[in-house]
Amino acid sequence: MAAVLFYIFATIMIGSACVVIFARNPVHSVLFLILAFCNGAGLFLLAGAEFLAMILIVVYVGAVAVLFLFVVMMLDVDFAELKQGFAKHLPLGLGVGVVVMVELGLIAIGWQSAPNAPYAAASPMLANVSNTAALGQILYTKYAVFFEASAMVLLTAMIGAIVLTLHHRPNVKRQKISDQNARTRENVIEIKKVPFRTGV
Amino acid sequence: MPFLSEIFQHFLPETILAVGVMTLLLIGAWRGDKGFALVDELAVALLGLAIVSIVLSVKPDRSVFEGAFMDDAFARFMKVLSLGAALVSIILSHDYLRRAGLEKFEYPILIILSTLGMMLLISADNLIAFYLGLELMSLALYVMAAFAREDGRSSEAGLKYFVLGALSSGMMLYGASLLYGFAGTVAFSGIANAVSASAPIGVVFGLVFVMAGLAFKMSAAPFHMWTPDVYEGAPTPVTAFFASAAKAAAVAVTVRIVITAFPGADQQWRQIIVFLAIASTLLGSFAAIGQTNIKRLMAYSSIGHMGFALIGLAAGNEIGIRGVAIYLAIYLVMTLGAFAAILAMRVEGKSVENISDLAGLSRTNGLMAFFLAMLMFSLAGIPPLAGFFAKYYVLLAAVDAGLYPLAVVGVLASAVAAFYYLRVVKIMYFDEPAPHFDPSPLAVRAVLALSTISLLVFWIYPTPVMDAASVAAKSLF
Repeated sequence: MAAVLFYIFATIMIGSACVVIFARNPVHSVLFLILAFCNGAGLFLLAGAEFLAMILIVVYVGAVAVLFLFVVMMLDVDFAELKQGFAKHLPLGLGVGVVVMVELGLIAIGWQSAPNAPYAAASPMLANVSNTAALGQILYTKYAVFFEASAMVLLTAMIGAIVLTLHHRPNVKRQKISDQNARTRENVIEIKKVPFRTGV
Repeated sequence: MPFLSEIFQHFLPETILAVGVMTLLLIGAWRGDKGFALVDELAVALLGLAIVSIVLSVKPDRSVFEGAFMDDAFARFMKVLSLGAALVSIILSHDYLRRAGLEKFEYPILIILSTLGMMLLISADNLIAFYLGLELMSLALYVMAAFAREDGRSSEAGLKYFVLGALSSGMMLYGASLLYGFAGTVAFSGIANAVSASAPIGVVFGLVFVMAGLAFKMSAAPFHMWTPDVYEGAPTPVTAFFASAAKAAAVAVTVRIVITAFPGADQQWRQIIVFLAIASTLLGSFAAIGQTNIKRLMAYSSIGHMGFALIGLAAGNEIGIRGVAIYLAIYLVMTLGAFAAILAMRVEGKSVENISDLAGLSRTNGLMAFFLAMLMFSLAGIPPLAGFFAKYYVLLAAVDAGLYPLAVVGVLASAVAAFYYLRVVKIMYFDEPAPHFDPSPLAVRAVLALSTISLLVFWIYPTPVMDAASVAAKSLF
């Protein structure tokens, strides 16, 4: 059963990944990217990594891919123009890709781990503790300092985004509620006597 | 289980920076850009405090947070270098930012965040700590390269650095995953254990990927392509920070990885380092000859200097690492001094960056011409200035390790490089004067003078730096 599911997920994932690259319409690309992520989550579930599956759905599908979709739909990017150099650079790109793939293939075929690697990598799973709970138990204890460091990285990203994009325009009229509440009849209404048959 | 306070003793400079930078962020957010001067001064104080906390500490070497970070003499030496360079960069930047209308309180905060990343990177003792430190450092650097966002060149520099940096990070992560797959552990000591028996092709492949990423960060040839463009486009004080603190951190972590994680594969990593060293020294000396922009010249010069630092690393023994440590200390002083001089190049309120703008400086501003000439002599490695001793110690180590061809290439490259450094001196002393420079602010003049004087003092009294470097090198073996 698991094997059948694996092949279903894997086939759909590879197929949709290809469509992401070859689709003419960028919106279709993003939608197929979401499909690829969902199948990836299915593969993680089969491997027993339910936390990663959840994260993939919540973060990648829920946030990243939707953001992509907004960007693609809202930015006026001429994708036909972007693809113009595609044919020209295809042979070079393909050449580099093939070389790297052959090299990686050779590495994968001749791969051997250190003799004690499986023992070093293994960590005992506590009984009656779910995958997610076990991750939480070491993330906030043994790896707490990495957790904090990642928080600093995200803080830097936030500061960077603000520094590079926030513009304070000087002549924008903003609503100031305190000013509105502080208005009184005396300081906003001016009573003029208008002489008959002349303007102000 | 040791007490937390005991652990934090070994993590004090990082803690100071992390807590301090968040406080500064609150101050900045509260006061807005009006608080720039305050945040700037507090940032300098914070970096100074971190330096003091390292210098005054007398603690045994120790690994903290379950082997995540190593607090040893080598880490402390390199941290002081990075912190010092960051501190000087902030001092140098104040006037420039004010004139360029870039007085945003985020600037010192980004420098401190980046420096915090360098601290983590320098003392990283496993792959996760290494990657997090590197990303924290780089992310802040990307933003700082594009800090003058109204300036097309600065935005271009930021984008270029970001795209290539992300690519190099990806390669490095892939390499790190291969290392983990081989050793079954992310700890450097665990990798060293696993590699000591045998180093099959897979783990060497991982090592190559990691080294490629690191070579990108320290801009060693052939991963240097971004350097001249980014150095030229980024605001000058940012370039000073790139060329000093960031390089020290990148070299430090390279040294730590190859020495502590790959002692069993020294044939393999030595090949990579020797290649990087030869390519960088040659490229740094030949490609700089045709440059007319002084920031581009400094970019190529820094590539060449990284090559020299790697010569010391190629030796791979204690003398070699001592040479690297001394080299970086002297290189930082020379670079910061040179960038102080570049910041002083201002004609009628506008920054000028061409070497020809320095023409006849000896007649218009004799003192600055003298200081800059001394810096150029030192960068070229002419005795008795400190730059000569820096080169001497790394070449000595290379000869000592039997790497004669590498030493010969180093000497030849430095002879070629002397040409373009001396050309700057020639332009300053023998050409018809160009327009007079504006009077420069006190901080810039002070950095220029102090760096030159310390290069001269090193000749007379090198003991403190030499001793610290020896202790640092010893702690790695």
